[in-house]
Amino acid sequence: MNVLAYLIPISLFLGTVGLIAFVYTVRSNQYDDPEGDARRILNTDYDDKPKR
Amino acid sequence: MTATMRPPSASACPACVAAPAAEALAESAAPTEAQIALSLPTIHCAACISKVEKGLAAHPGVRSARVNLTLKRASIEAEPDVTAQEMAEYVESLGYEAHELDAGTLNATATDKAGRDLLMRLAVAGFASMNVMLLSVSVWSGAEAATRDMFHWISAAIALPTIAFSGQPFFRNAWGALRQARLNMDVPITLAILLAVVTSLWETALSGEHAYFDAALTLTFFLLAGRYLDHRTRAIARSAAEELTALEVPRALRVNGGIEEQVNVAELAVGDRVLVRPGGRMPVDGVIIEGMSELDRSLLTGETLPVLAQPGQEVSAGEVNLTGPLTVQARAVGRDTSLHQMADLVAIAESGRSRYTSLADKAAKLYAPGVHILSALAFVGWYLYTFDLRTALNIAAAVLIITCPCALGLAVPAVTTAASGRLFRRGMLIKHETALERLAEVDAVVFDKTGTLTSGAPELEHPGTYPKQPMRVAYALAQGSSHPLARALARAAEARGLTPARVSEITEVPGYGAKGMWNGQEVRLGRASWTGATPGAQTAAHLSIEGQAPVSFTFVDQLRDGAEEAVAALQAAGKKTYLMSGDTTPAVEALAKRLGITHWMAEALPADKSARIQALTEEGARVLMVGDGLNDTAALAAAHVSISPASALDAARVASDIVLLGGDLSPISEACDTARSATRRIRENFRIATVYNVIAVPLAVAGLCSPLIAALAMSASSITVSLNALRLR
Repeated sequence: MNVLAYLIPISLFLGTVGLIAFVYTVRSNQYDDPEGDARRILNTDYDDKPKR
Repeated sequence: MTATMRPPSASACPACVAAPAAEALAESAAPTEAQIALSLPTIHCAACISKVEKGLAAHPGVRSARVNLTLKRASIEAEPDVTAQEMAEYVESLGYEAHELDAGTLNATATDKAGRDLLMRLAVAGFASMNVMLLSVSVWSGAEAATRDMFHWISAAIALPTIAFSGQPFFRNAWGALRQARLNMDVPITLAILLAVVTSLWETALSGEHAYFDAALTLTFFLLAGRYLDHRTRAIARSAAEELTALEVPRALRVNGGIEEQVNVAELAVGDRVLVRPGGRMPVDGVIIEGMSELDRSLLTGETLPVLAQPGQEVSAGEVNLTGPLTVQARAVGRDTSLHQMADLVAIAESGRSRYTSLADKAAKLYAPGVHILSALAFVGWYLYTFDLRTALNIAAAVLIITCPCALGLAVPAVTTAASGRLFRRGMLIKHETALERLAEVDAVVFDKTGTLTSGAPELEHPGTYPKQPMRVAYALAQGSSHPLARALARAAEARGLTPARVSEITEVPGYGAKGMWNGQEVRLGRASWTGATPGAQTAAHLSIEGQAPVSFTFVDQLRDGAEEAVAALQAAGKKTYLMSGDTTPAVEALAKRLGITHWMAEALPADKSARIQALTEEGARVLMVGDGLNDTAALAAAHVSISPASALDAARVASDIVLLGGDLSPISEACDTARSATRRIRENFRIATVYNVIAVPLAVAGLCSPLIAALAMSASSITVSLNALRLR
């Protein structure tokens, strides 16, 4: 049963990391142009100076 | 790489991310610059993006340019002296179609705040429900005593803040309804969530066996998913509708002491002199003080033939100037123009329509009191039976959770999202929330003629039958004119492979036509009275060559794509079709015959149209009105449901429930079918939800409902309902 003392905090921590990552992506406008962003990754122009 | 996705100000610190308001404040303090938005309907690939962005960045005066491929839009930040028109022309020169968008109209929806808020709450609820479910599964599979209590306490620690955050949309709505002494769907939802949390806490404190934290959280999650779907559907419709409005950039040329300046229509005042060039639309109501021309009034009255315009004549906003420049003195501007007053009348007519209650509202009206009564009865019954407050409250909470309208809350949004998405791909935009349900009930369809069934652009009738010589002369005269008949003539001559005759000294006489010299004789193309021809009933342009009998070119209105298919399909589906137009009797009669419409009405005034629709409604018909002009707006608002093409006037688009984005009319009958199957799916979903309640509620009332059964039943019903909705796609 002692393993639970590790597993529960770990699962909660990982879930929180995912949640924070999601909140970050929403706040930084990453869902505004999903189609355009999918194409932009094919283009080398944006790697050095990404735009908002 | 994500760390550098933002400008330096973000510096990858979480506090900055958490305080976007401060950042926005810092940004707005920057010196003002021109914000330009362009609509780029033809871009589609990575190469298009970089070509447009690089091209724009290289243009002097442009600070930054960003293309949004999803919205097919470019936003440009430029020096204040760079105009949007200039940018649109420049992008056209790069090889992409570009239209200027009114930045003022678009700014309102720059970021979808409400959608983001819902998404955030949805994400939190999803995170919490998954973790709590994990703990609950351990409890269900046999965790006992201290372990179970610990799991319950951890669940409580996760659930309480989550419910406080994610449940807010429901709590707010429920509170709003209760304050006005009404019941809506959110009241049982709120009560169920709160009761579940409170009894679970109580049970946990007394180290009881059952806790419903997982049920409360999944309930919140599923219902938020429904809310979000609903919001997305409307947001897409709203942004597309706004883009349509923004395409009409309201600008006018003001003449001030001989100096012309371009101003926004909003800046015009009564008494200003406005110059309207050929091809331009009247920005104001007023009187012509200078110039001679012809006016296309088809959008306002439905007349296809241009009318003569001369000094002293009154003009209304929305009319199109055709042949010569006109100077107009403004008598009414902005909200006072007849165009806007008509739109305001529509608002009054529309209030009648809002009386339609959607299926979901009807269901909620039955549902909300029923659930509360049932739960109260269960509580009272069990209390009288056991005299144990704890058991009675537990069972009452279980009843509320089990009956909570998870499926009901998802049923309507899931179906409407699927149906609107399908229609959107076919080029139809659903603007009104109950439009689909109303469209499903339609049994009579009323069409407007000009601009709806016909494109409003005339076409030369039987172009092959005219002798070549006069047609070549007419071609030469027509080439330089922007008059719709002249353009149609030139198009037909070109299609026949003719070359224009050598006509010299061509001059356009505004209001009459064009004249020139050919082989030493004067030739004229234009009105019957001016060329000496006898006017006929049909739309015609006349050519006179000195010493010869005049030739009359007759025109027919070109049918819009899909008009014949749409009418035929609607008639085949057993719907009555009508044609109502402000145009002349022969023109309307000919079109009605061509399309096989037996009931038609010509020379109808706007009031006639709406009166006829009201009469039809009183006879028990559910009328779908399809129209585009200002003369249709009252009828559009009076009808049970209405459709207007994207080319319609803004006022007509505002009044209609559905906008046809393409020029093709054929999706109309398909839309009726989709609407009918959508309504059928909604009803099916209600039935599924009812069946599940009929099975689960007796279990809950009997006190047999463990949290496991509650969670299973709730998820199962939500998923069935969503899958059923997906069948529509």
